[in-house]
Amino acid sequence: MLKVLKPGLYLTVQDLGRFGHRDVGVPIAGAMDVESVKKGNLLLENDENDAVLEITMTGPTLQFDTDTYISLSGAHIVATLNNEPIDNYSVIKIGKGDILSYGRLEKGFRGYLAIKGGFQSKKVLDSRSQFYPVTKSARLKDGDEIPYNKTENYKPKISEVKIEEHFEEKTLKVYKGPEFSLLSDGQLTEIFAKTYTVSKENNRMAYQLSELIAGHSHSMLTSGTLPGTIQLTPAGRMIILMKDGQTTGGYPRILQLSEESISVLAQKKYGDELKFKLV
Amino acid sequence: MKSYPISIKPFGERAVLVEWPDKVSESILADILDFMDAFKELEIPGWEMSVAYNSLTMVYNQDHIDFEETKNMILECQEKQAKSKMERVQHLWTLPVCYDLEFGMDIEEVSNTLDISVEELIKQHTSHQYVVYGIGFLPGFMYLGGLPPTLEIPRRSEPRLKVQKGSVGLASKQTGIYPQDSPGGWNIIGNCPVDLFDPSKENEPCFVKVGDKIQFESISKAEYELHKIEGEVGIYEPEKVVLNA
Repeated sequence: MLKVLKPGLYLTVQDLGRFGHRDVGVPIAGAMDVESVKKGNLLLENDENDAVLEITMTGPTLQFDTDTYISLSGAHIVATLNNEPIDNYSVIKIGKGDILSYGRLEKGFRGYLAIKGGFQSKKVLDSRSQFYPVTKSARLKDGDEIPYNKTENYKPKISEVKIEEHFEEKTLKVYKGPEFSLLSDGQLTEIFAKTYTVSKENNRMAYQLSELIAGHSHSMLTSGTLPGTIQLTPAGRMIILMKDGQTTGGYPRILQLSEESISVLAQKKYGDELKFKLV
Repeated sequence: MKSYPISIKPFGERAVLVEWPDKVSESILADILDFMDAFKELEIPGWEMSVAYNSLTMVYNQDHIDFEETKNMILECQEKQAKSKMERVQHLWTLPVCYDLEFGMDIEEVSNTLDISVEELIKQHTSHQYVVYGIGFLPGFMYLGGLPPTLEIPRRSEPRLKVQKGSVGLASKQTGIYPQDSPGGWNIIGNCPVDLFDPSKENEPCFVKVGDKIQFESISKAEYELHKIEGEVGIYEPEKVVLNA
């Protein structure tokens, strides 16, 4: 078991998501930055869908009760194992009683803790991703214990890698959304010429942008939405749906982020700048 | 039956949006469901589909897709659909609702605004069959069509931060049930004790399907408590009738 001594800002178990239940309104959920999770799991020779912990801005304090191996990926958050510093993207041996704790956030917003074989929390509708009320709780709290399998004497093929982070990119790649044609020339110029900033309203459901563009009075029937769908409210607010985002919505879907760019946006926080580029 | 014209739009790297004429209509919904049945017959793994009113979002979970190829596949499927119409089982579900003031905290205000008595409001709300045009927004949230115009009322000017699970609400042309605690701006007139979404039922977390119909039935507080307990111990079975037998 991994015991949560302190959860930090927002700590959850995530795999790549819960697929096949959109038709009854279940969001995909899953890791926000899939790219980082895949890298962390790959280093441990895990399956890419093996469950990891998603750490948001302020890291947790965690205690292991049996031998295993871990790797850290995603945001650069200063981390220590029994007070000794450890780096992202290296395979780290863990012994019974070891304590992993986190300090200052240096880069990005969401860090990942992958473990040999993946965390073994209960699957609900084929996924371990926490999403309330599909799972019993939305996130981990003090005292929670997450099961994992014991691993001794693992010889990693690669023990550490130098990674060029994907998430320092400021430009997000977008496709035309289903209601793209509603945009006026003025709105198009605004969207693609200006720089936008992430507002305080940013979480696993959606990222809102601080700057407004010209609004609209188009009303439409509720229709499907996906992670990465950019909705435009009548007031001119752009709302980018993320992994816990609702499966349907009633605002025009003007743009759709590329999947790669969802992983980039997942590492942005309040006040970070971004631009859009149509592909 | 002749199929309606459809338009197919790309929707990111692994999805397409298929749209039928821009209307809320039972025959359009039936055409969408026929298309889905025909598509499922092709048995291509990895696709998931979700309906909302006049549109179908089709997502391929396994990989990125080629839009033109997908578009052709969908058009071919629509041709095939026209030739072979399949039988589909649809249900009318009777869902109990307790309209007691304890749950329906807005019912008196709604009755004043609509200028009908609370009894008449309940009578109208329970005497119609509502079509399920989609499930989305929250797990198990049904988009219901067919509300009588006499019950149309704007949503509340300030949404509530927490609307209790099971709350039955009215908002413009819609009525519906909140399947979980949620913020919300609908006018709450009652509460339904039935779990509309149960993740422990791996094969069928939501018993209602798009295309089914819902009718509400007014129950007392005592019956409400009984159904609630039956639900908790797992012996509650919602009442259903096969529509197209």
